[in-house]
Amino acid sequence: MSSIVVQFLNGLAGASTLFLIAVGLSLIFGVTRIVNFAHGSLYMLGIYIAYSAVGAFGAAGALGFWGAILAAALAVGLFGALVEVLILRRIYQAPELFQLLATFALVLMVKDFVLWAWGPEDLLGPRAPGLDGAVAILGQRFPEYDLFMIAVGPVVLGLLWLLLNRTRWGTLVRAATQDREMVGALGVNQKWLFTGVFALGAFLAGLGGALQVPREPAQLFLDLTAIADAFVIVVVGGMGSIPGAFLAALIIGEVKAFCIGLGNVTLLGVEVSFSKLTLVIEFIVMAIVLVVRPWGLLGRPQAAQRAAPTHIEPPLRAALRGLAAGAAVLALALAALPLTGAAYTVVLMTDILIFALFAASLHFIMGPAGMVSFGHAAYFGLGAYGAGLVLLRAGAPMEVALAAGPLAAALGAAVFGWFCVRLAGVYFAMLTLAFAQIGWSVVFQWDSFTGGSNGLVGVWPAAWLSSKSAFYLFVLVLCGAGLAALRRILFSPFGYALRAGRDSPLRCDAIGIDIKRLQWAAFTLVGAFAGTAGALYAFSKGSLSPDLMAIPRSVDALVMVLLGGVQTLAGPAVGAAAFTWLQDTIARNTEYWQSLLGATILIIVLAFPQGIVGSLARLGTRAEAE
Amino acid sequence: MSAVLAVERLSKAFGGVQAVQGVSFALGEGELLAMIGPNGAGKTTCFNMVNGQLAPDSGSVRIGGVDTVGRPPREIWRMGVGRTFQITATFASMTVRENVQMALISHRRRLASLWTRAASLYRDEADRLLERVGIREQAERACSVLAYGDLKRVELAVALANEPRLLLMDEPTAGMAPKERITLMELVGEIVRERRIAVLYTEHDMDVVFGHADRVIVLDRGRLIASGTGDEVRDNPEVRQVYLGSRGRA
Repeated sequence: MSSIVVQFLNGLAGASTLFLIAVGLSLIFGVTRIVNFAHGSLYMLGIYIAYSAVGAFGAAGALGFWGAILAAALAVGLFGALVEVLILRRIYQAPELFQLLATFALVLMVKDFVLWAWGPEDLLGPRAPGLDGAVAILGQRFPEYDLFMIAVGPVVLGLLWLLLNRTRWGTLVRAATQDREMVGALGVNQKWLFTGVFALGAFLAGLGGALQVPREPAQLFLDLTAIADAFVIVVVGGMGSIPGAFLAALIIGEVKAFCIGLGNVTLLGVEVSFSKLTLVIEFIVMAIVLVVRPWGLLGRPQAAQRAAPTHIEPPLRAALRGLAAGAAVLALALAALPLTGAAYTVVLMTDILIFALFAASLHFIMGPAGMVSFGHAAYFGLGAYGAGLVLLRAGAPMEVALAAGPLAAALGAAVFGWFCVRLAGVYFAMLTLAFAQIGWSVVFQWDSFTGGSNGLVGVWPAAWLSSKSAFYLFVLVLCGAGLAALRRILFSPFGYALRAGRDSPLRCDAIGIDIKRLQWAAFTLVGAFAGTAGALYAFSKGSLSPDLMAIPRSVDALVMVLLGGVQTLAGPAVGAAAFTWLQDTIARNTEYWQSLLGATILIIVLAFPQGIVGSLARLGTRAEAE
Repeated sequence: MSAVLAVERLSKAFGGVQAVQGVSFALGEGELLAMIGPNGAGKTTCFNMVNGQLAPDSGSVRIGGVDTVGRPPREIWRMGVGRTFQITATFASMTVRENVQMALISHRRRLASLWTRAASLYRDEADRLLERVGIREQAERACSVLAYGDLKRVELAVALANEPRLLLMDEPTAGMAPKERITLMELVGEIVRERRIAVLYTEHDMDVVFGHADRVIVLDRGRLIASGTGDEVRDNPEVRQVYLGSRGRA
């Protein structure tokens, strides 16, 4: 009994932190319509800055400690304001996808900055002066600091309520959440309103992070863990609803605490480790909420959105004869590559082909079907693990294992996709990311089956493919066929129907097209293609690790597609080639590849939104016109 | 002969507001029925309950004798109901012809086909429909660059693709120039008479209502207050009061 009470209190303490992160995300989205993927990074920045600040002023006793916490949160708020003024202001009119990517570029850059400034080791701060003891609750010791944390959530909720309901600024924020244009028409300077809200959201995330200093070590992966949690809470509570965020934070906080508290339990003769299942349980909670209330517990249905008229793509045109001949020549040239004896080039080209298929599979749902997935690597990883596990654990031959990869990926995509297609736009992106993060943690934590963080080794192809050249030709045939099939499907009734669903769901419904079902089918189908790429990748490297399905890899795929141009069909392949080659060249020379990648994303988003192929095509039409 | 569309005692409330209250009407083959009323009369609510976008609180909607309450719009379409929207809804990234082909592909249940080329399916049939609505020469153009009046014609061609027996048109001439309105409604009139299609449409423009409808029903504050030919409705004192705010004058 007493342990249940303590678990309950633990849950409340955790919920406060979750609430601080999620509420800022929700506020920012409400006013600016931007889903800030960097919100977890702001939280992580809060912990690190607070760690250093406490180190600097902590000696001055309680005042120094609390001053340091507040200063860290303010610093993060200031950083948020800077980001809003320098970057976000330029992209409020851009398509949703670009906004999401720009904030993701921040994730990458903040991570490298933290790595550069604080190094890769975990850093645990000192205890809070005055709250470093424990109290006895029903005979169990409970940290005083956690009691303090329990109070933080409701206090912040109350202060926010006062701010939003009792001040002029708060009234403007609420008005802008409901109707931005009207607020603008009434003569309110929206620029500073947006900056203010972003700074407030950043401050809250920073505070959430800073307050964690005495509780958990500062770690480099906290950004993605925090953002996945925040997305789950926002989806469960309802986007834009502050009480919803609070309620959902309570539920998720409690669920997590009880899972950790349960520890290892034997169910029906099988030992289940609940403490490792926290993310899976979160997923189940979220799934139930999504089925019962698709807009979250206290959320409201999303208003129908019309595509901005400037971003409509031109109709598909069949390839010119010249292009088809060009593709044939390219295929022959690629097939002749091993004859040159350039061993390193063969390995690099193998990578490029695999990523071309991976990127094309993402492009298929993201471009024509209009579903921007931020977790596509989940299916790449499932394919790799599916193949690797069947090979190593079941002892199947390589050919069977290779077929198992796409099957596993399609199965995973079918399950996750069933939930994802119920949502659209940014909600879809958030949910795909959350699912990918869940998949990653399962693989990462399941030591006995997936090899945990070490991954699996010895995933080698069959003897007839053991030479690099033979494997390269094998990949060329499979990926070439995959790319051709995806292209063919785009021109089929199925592909057309997906584009129809992106252009006008209303019209689809009025001509008998069950668009959700088709989207689900498409999600599953591209899962199989991504899984094929993943399985091939595993065999080309001989090993696999959880990194294969981590969020950064999903973003790699997004960047490949954007680099090539999302509105072109050849784009993903060109983008994959350019990206893989760049990464290979640059990553060998620097530790900070990720921030370079982030900077590249920002440049694409701000300067070349149409990508390589798109920009070339535009140059072509301009030249023709002259 | 059973009515193509029979609406009986349809009601819907939003919170405490009774948006539609006990509305009944019927519509036969080849008949054009206009639904009019001032803002907030319940036209759109009523219309959306017929097309399946909204579920009524009570009452029934029968199409060809079959109750459609609870069915989603896409199923109602499969029962032979074509629709056009107040603000046109077309596929902007497709050509005019492809828009019609999409509807034909769906009608013939070829949506799950992964290997055929969509652009070569039912091409002639799509062109015949475009010919009928007078925009055959624009077949290759992208919908995104079309003039608004032409988009309305695309919608009409799309709505005809499943050989409907009932056409639901929500403010078919909204946003068009006065001259265009008349030509479009004349075209609709010709087509529905030659194909014996029943049409229910909502309208603000009185010229369009009285010049083209066979019958008019008038809603006010959720209730049906008058029904009859254009002239009968025009002379109805209650209708005059609703529209002109005074009884008997004007």
